[in-house]
Amino acid sequence: MSDIQLEIDGKQVKATEGETVLTAAEKAGIKIPKLCHNEKLIPFGGCRLCIVEVASRGSSKLVVSCVYPVGENIVVKTRSEKINRIRKTILELLLAHAPASLSLQDLAHEYGADKNRFEKEASFCVHCGLCVRYCAEVKQLNAVGFIDRGVNKEICFIPHIAEKECSSCMECFPLCPTSYLQAAFVLVKGLAFTTE
Amino acid sequence: MEIEKIDQIIDKHQSDASALIQVLLEIQSENHWLPKEVLEHVSDRLQVPITRTMHIASFYKAFSLVPKGRNEVHICMGTACHVRGAKRILETVEDFTGIKPGETDVDMKFSLETVNCLGCCALGPVVEINGKTHGKLTVSETSEVLKSYE
Ligand code: SF4
Ligand code: FES
Ligand code: FES
Repeated sequence: MSDIQLEIDGKQVKATEGETVLTAAEKAGIKIPKLCHNEKLIPFGGCRLCIVEVASRGSSKLVVSCVYPVGENIVVKTRSEKINRIRKTILELLLAHAPASLSLQDLAHEYGADKNRFEKEASFCVHCGLCVRYCAEVKQLNAVGFIDRGVNKEICFIPHIAEKECSSCMECFPLCPTSYLQAAFVLVKGLAFTTE
Repeated sequence: MEIEKIDQIIDKHQSDASALIQVLLEIQSENHWLPKEVLEHVSDRLQVPITRTMHIASFYKAFSLVPKGRNEVHICMGTACHVRGAKRILETVEDFTGIKPGETDVDMKFSLETVNCLGCCALGPVVEINGKTHGKLTVSETSEVLKSYE
């Protein structure tokens, strides 16, 4: 694995080939906001909050840092007016779905996002996939998955697996940026578990 | 649908997990819907988590997770058919069958769906029943056509 030299926010940073811009930045102590990323999981690139600007060979573009691999001599900017604006809008859209989410509120504060900008559409789940991916990739239990698509997409516990496995695990609960996962679990427990 | 039949389909694909969609499609076309037990059996045999099978079965419109009637009626509501009176055709079918789009009648005779353009706009208004296209339909012809299905 060869070393790669790049610049992030004016700082010279060394990274290994195949690493993402996000991990390289974090190792260098530079914080990029993120929602759907978790070190233990395969990068997902779902929330787009970790968006950054990458300049190389004279042109610059916006990329999603948790899935974008480092490159020799690229110049990364993690904050700019444009990036702030995009993150603000993403946060406002997410807040329309999950206005009570604490992690979203913290970020909203930082980016001046207005949680009332868009009409509320309380689906609570923001489709970050952390629960689904954690259960599949780390625990390999597949007790919770996604169903349907687009605006109708939802997470869904598989009752007979959840009944057997979840009570002694619950490791995904703290990962959820909203309280939806716990609510969904309580619901499936009440509706579909055969015993208590 | 008998388990042997499903196994036959799975065997044809050498129990290959990447054939999941193909397997589901074949079961769907034989059985007209995908019951829970069938999804579980397919998951077991292909060694695909049930979460994944459910995700796929609920993602594509080609799959149905509820029983379908013997005759599947698709009414085109696309632009061309719309301007040629698709709405009246839909109302006629609704009156005749007593069901709304997305529903199946108690006798399992008809299932009704609306679609947005079947790709033969010149024939509008178009209704497709069990894959057969009925074009340039009038209200009275629509009832006649429906009567011919058992
Ligand atoms: S329930 Fe929570 S963790 Fe799971 S996808 Fe939705 S927001 Fe993410
Ligand atoms: S953290 Fe990168 S897209 Fe969500
Ligand atoms: S609009 Fe009906 S077939 Fe195209």
